[in-house]
This record gives sequence, structure tokens and C-alpha cells, in this order.
Amino acid sequence: MSGHNESILREPLITGDNITYAKITDDILGPVENKPNKAWWIGFIFASLGALLWVVAVSYTFWNGIGAWGLNKTVGWAWDITGFVWWVGIGHAGTLISAVLLLFRQNWRNSINRSAEAMTIFAVICAATYVVSHMGRPWLAYWVLPLPNQFGSLWVNFNSPLVWDMFAISTYFSVSLLFWYTGLLPDIATIRDRAVGTRRKIYSIFSFGWSGSVKTWQRFEAVSLILAGISTPLVLSVHTIVSMDFATSVIPGWHTTIFPPYFVAGAIFSGFAMVLTLLLVARKVLGLENYITMFHIESMNKIIILTGSIVGVAYLTEFFIAWYSGSEYEQYAFINRSTGPYWWAYWMMMTCNVISPQLLWFKKIRLSIRATWILSIVVNIGMWFERFVIIVTSLHRDYIPSSWAMFYPTWVDVSVFVGSIGLFFTLFLLFLRVLPSIAIAEVKLLLKSASEQAKMKQIKEGHENKEYVAEYIESLEKFDSVKQEDYAKI
Amino acid sequence: MSNIKYILGSFGDPDEMMHGIEKLQENNISIYDVYTPMPIHGIEAKLGIKRSRIDIAAFCFGITGTCAAFALIYFCAVIDWKVNIGGKPSFALPDFIPIMFELTVLFCAFGMVLTYYASTHLFPGRAPRVMDLRATDDRFVIAIDANDNAAHTVIDSLLKDAGALEVKYNERKYISYE
Repeated sequence: MSGHNESILREPLITGDNITYAKITDDILGPVENKPNKAWWIGFIFASLGALLWVVAVSYTFWNGIGAWGLNKTVGWAWDITGFVWWVGIGHAGTLISAVLLLFRQNWRNSINRSAEAMTIFAVICAATYVVSHMGRPWLAYWVLPLPNQFGSLWVNFNSPLVWDMFAISTYFSVSLLFWYTGLLPDIATIRDRAVGTRRKIYSIFSFGWSGSVKTWQRFEAVSLILAGISTPLVLSVHTIVSMDFATSVIPGWHTTIFPPYFVAGAIFSGFAMVLTLLLVARKVLGLENYITMFHIESMNKIIILTGSIVGVAYLTEFFIAWYSGSEYEQYAFINRSTGPYWWAYWMMMTCNVISPQLLWFKKIRLSIRATWILSIVVNIGMWFERFVIIVTSLHRDYIPSSWAMFYPTWVDVSVFVGSIGLFFTLFLLFLRVLPSIAIAEVKLLLKSASEQAKMKQIKEGHENKEYVAEYIESLEKFDSVKQEDYAKI
Repeated sequence: MSNIKYILGSFGDPDEMMHGIEKLQENNISIYDVYTPMPIHGIEAKLGIKRSRIDIAAFCFGITGTCAAFALIYFCAVIDWKVNIGGKPSFALPDFIPIMFELTVLFCAFGMVLTYYASTHLFPGRAPRVMDLRATDDRFVIAIDANDNAAHTVIDSLLKDAGALEVKYNERKYISYE
């Protein structure tokens, strides 16, 4: 950090002039310390209506059982598991950003990790509620735990991926929560020390008495690094195990060894898309353009191209292996996916996940906020269809043609799904109001080395290679938060 | 003068604060602690603070998790109630690995973080021990015990020479209790 200048060739991570430590605190705490604006209220009203719908639909399911859904004896898993896998996938970006990018020393993660982690936690909550409600008798949900019981201690089946999944999801949720909250402590202390009265008392309780002394920070950094180290394989394990729910079965179209890497790539793909959907709006509404810059947006778009292409290759590989296996049931499953009664879902998935993200190769599209935002939503629609295609098209053509069936969702299916989106946004909007949406302490670390003003100072000192400076100034053109005229003089 | 408990040098810039620490150390003035809004790299070496041993704790907790998971699954699936699945062996080690891995991570994370909270005295509702309210915002604060170091005027001038924006004389150790 201090004393070391960063290479001038690297794009700045904080833009704007006259950024000081105090200004960073003020800018980031603006939404927490002031009354919410109109945009927040409109969003919150819609989101909480959605959450209300979710409460109604889930209660209805609990009361009447899963017969309230459109499931039949052929298609026994449909929107419930589609929704579950979709939400868990979205939940992958947070820990990936906070853990994997920390290990790779990608400093641009510092201004997006906090809200991405919050998003992870809320997405996993939505996923977990699907798991509980699809059990049919949710009051017996504790049966998935290995507890002594009245059947002479008949234990859970430890060979079953569904049991592994219970361990994976609950570990993932609780470790993510721990990682997120520990990282929040210094920032909650910042709010505490600026607040008065009851507000101070409340934040004081939640700050755990944080003081910011040398030893506290030293241990804090050690803890963050080790948590990142153990969370990295954890992220990969979670979706691997989710994919094994399918891959260890003998259903054609599910029984493939490609599932774990393909599911993990898909999860990161959809997670980053959701981060973009949320942050592109948040940066505008909360006025955080100087901290979440075009560089951040472009970097996330690049990850989307990469993971989207991996997903595309996986789709083609699946198809090829189905043909190459020589198994007629496997071949039929794939021909049926692309040309059978659910062809529209398959091609929807192909278009949204494989074709449209390739548009991000064009710099103009990658750097357009509007296009990026639309594409991020398209990706999430595509990823929902991917899970729907995998689950429903593999199940709907059973072994006996007489039991072939189609799946039609009921109003309860639709309401649980739409409602879960409402629940997610309600939680996210509340988070923006009560906790800092950007990790204040981590962004402060970048101020003296990676900010636009520090680089400007470096240029003005005149020791930098002229070509490099020219290249750097050229790279600033994409930033919507940089004043170009400042550089015209140099 | 005698009521003063702590002298605080409040800096606006981390590099100037590091410079201030050097100056004080050159004059044999002991530093009580330093409070900053962000981690300062290299400050531990300067203040002679030992490396954190929390990684050892993390390893021990992790390995406990691995063993606990193995013991649980082995007891349930191999000793207590063998389930005959097509005559396959009940001691199916590859199937045990996912849960062993998850519990390793779970024990490691919770054990380490709780150790951190315990050793640093962090818990919900603990009264914050803050000497300067801006130390979590934009100030980098060096705290000096006033009773151990008699030459207050020297400290004052050393801090100001190093670039301190403000030097405070606190009559109470922590100002955050009221």
C-alpha cells in the first residue's frame, strides 16, 4: 500500500478528484444515514408485495401439501427444484468474488464484494425455502439430519447426494454469513462512531465493540485470508454436490460425469449476471459511480463471456457424448430436448446462455450500461430455463410411453417463484438501507495506490514512461465517471 | 497535567502516521496502541507485534471437523446400522468424502472466527473502547500512555513535526462510555 506506486498501466479502481478518506465514508454511508429516496421506496413497495405473495403461496403449499403444485406422477420435480438450483447458482458469485478473487489479489473485488456477499446470503435463503417447501411435510424437515430417532436409530443414508447437499448448503450458508458479518464489523463500527442516541446503541451492539487496534486488524486480515482459502473449495463443492443430485441418478440426460464442472461454471455465470443486475441500478441510484466504475463492469462482463462459453461448450459436449455413447435412451433424451414438445425451452436456453452473451465480445456492448443490464437479465432467464430443461424434459418422457406427461404450473408454482424474487429484492433493499453496500475499510486501502487521483499525481511527477501514460489515458475513455478535459492538458 | 491519561496523535495520512511511530520510537517513547480505519500493512513489524497464530487454531479446528465427520458416518453407517444396498460394502469411503470436506470447512470457519472474537474480545453488546471517534472514519491515531512517558511537550512536538493534524489529551481512557 502506502509508499508503493502501482503501475500506471493499471486502470484506476476509484475515480473522481478530491476523494479523501472522509469522503469515502460519507459517500458510502449516504444511503444508510439519510432518508431513502423515491426510487428506493418504489422498489421496496413492489418487492415487498412480491414477498407477501411468497408468504401466501408458501403457506398455501404448507397447508395443502405439494398437490397444490402442477406435479404429476411422471414429472415429480419441476419448478421447485428449478427454482432451488437457480437460486443456489446465483448465490455463487458472492463467495467467488470475496474468496477466489481475494486469493488472486484482484483488488477490484474490494468495492463489489460486500453487496455480492449479501446477495449470496439472500439467494441461499430463497433456495433453502424451496428445499423445505418441496418436502411436502416441512415440519419433518429435521429428518434430513443424522439424529437418533424412534426407529431404533435408522440413520440417514450417507451414500445419498441429497444428504451431502444438506451438509453442503447449510455449511455454505453459515460460512458465507460468518465471512460477510466479520467483514462488516469495522464498517458497522464506522456507522456507530458517527451516529448518536438510539442509533449508536443499536450499531454498538452489532459492532461487537470493534476498536480498530493494531492487533484487531492483524488478526482480522489473517482470518479473512484463511476464510477465503477454505471458502474457495467450498464454493466449488456446493454446486458440484447440487449437480450430483442429478448425476448419480440413472435418468437419461442426468447421468453424466460432465455435470459438476458444467454446473459450477453455470452458477458463476448466473451469479455474476445477478450481481450486474443489482449493482448497475444500485450504483446509479446510490450515486456510487466513483467506486463501482466501468472497469468493474467490464471485468464482470469478461467473466460472463468466459463462463457463458464454458456452459456453451458443456451443452455441445453433452450432445456429442449422447451420440457417441451409443445408448439409444441417452440419444433420445437429447433429441427430445431439442425437437420434442419442450423445444422452445431448449432453444430459449441456448439463445440466452450461449448466443446472446457472445455479444459481449464487442467492446461497445460490454461498455454500455444499458446493454449490459439487459444482457444480465437475459442470462438469468436463460439459466432458469437451463434447469427447467434439465429437470422437466428428462422426466416427462418416462420409461413407459403410457405414462408420458407434460408439466403445467399452477398459480401456486408461479407465485412461489415470483414471490421468491420479491423476497430476494426486499432483503436486498433493506440491506442497502441499514448496512454499507461497499466495504468501506477495503476501499480506503485502495485510495493511495489505485485511485485516479493517485495516478494523476504519478503522471504529474513526470517519472512515468510517456507511452504508458498515453495508454493509461486512452484506457480512461471508457469511464463514465472520469472528466476527460482534465487529461487534455497533460 | 496529572489528570491526563492518554495522549493521542491524530493523523490524516497513514504514511505520516508511520513516520510518527518512527519518530516516537527514536525518542524512546513507548506506544500504547494504534487505531486505524483500515489495516496498515507493515505496522506489526514496526511495533514489534508477533505474528498471529490464528492459522494454527484454524488447522486444529479443521482437522477436528474431518475426524468428527468420519467418526459420525463410520459409526452410523458401518457400526450401528448397516444398510444392505445391493450387497455393496457399508464402509464406502468415497461416499464419506463430501460430508467430511463440508464439516472440515464448517468446523474450521466457526472455530477460527470464534477464537478470533474471543481473543480480540469481540462479542455482541460489548461496550466499544474507543479513544477517538474518528479513528474508524478518517483519522489514524497513535495512543501514548501519559503516565509512562513524562515528557509531554516533547511528545506533542514530535507528533506535530511528523504531521499530526491534532494532538489530544484525554482524561479518560475511553471516551465512548457515556
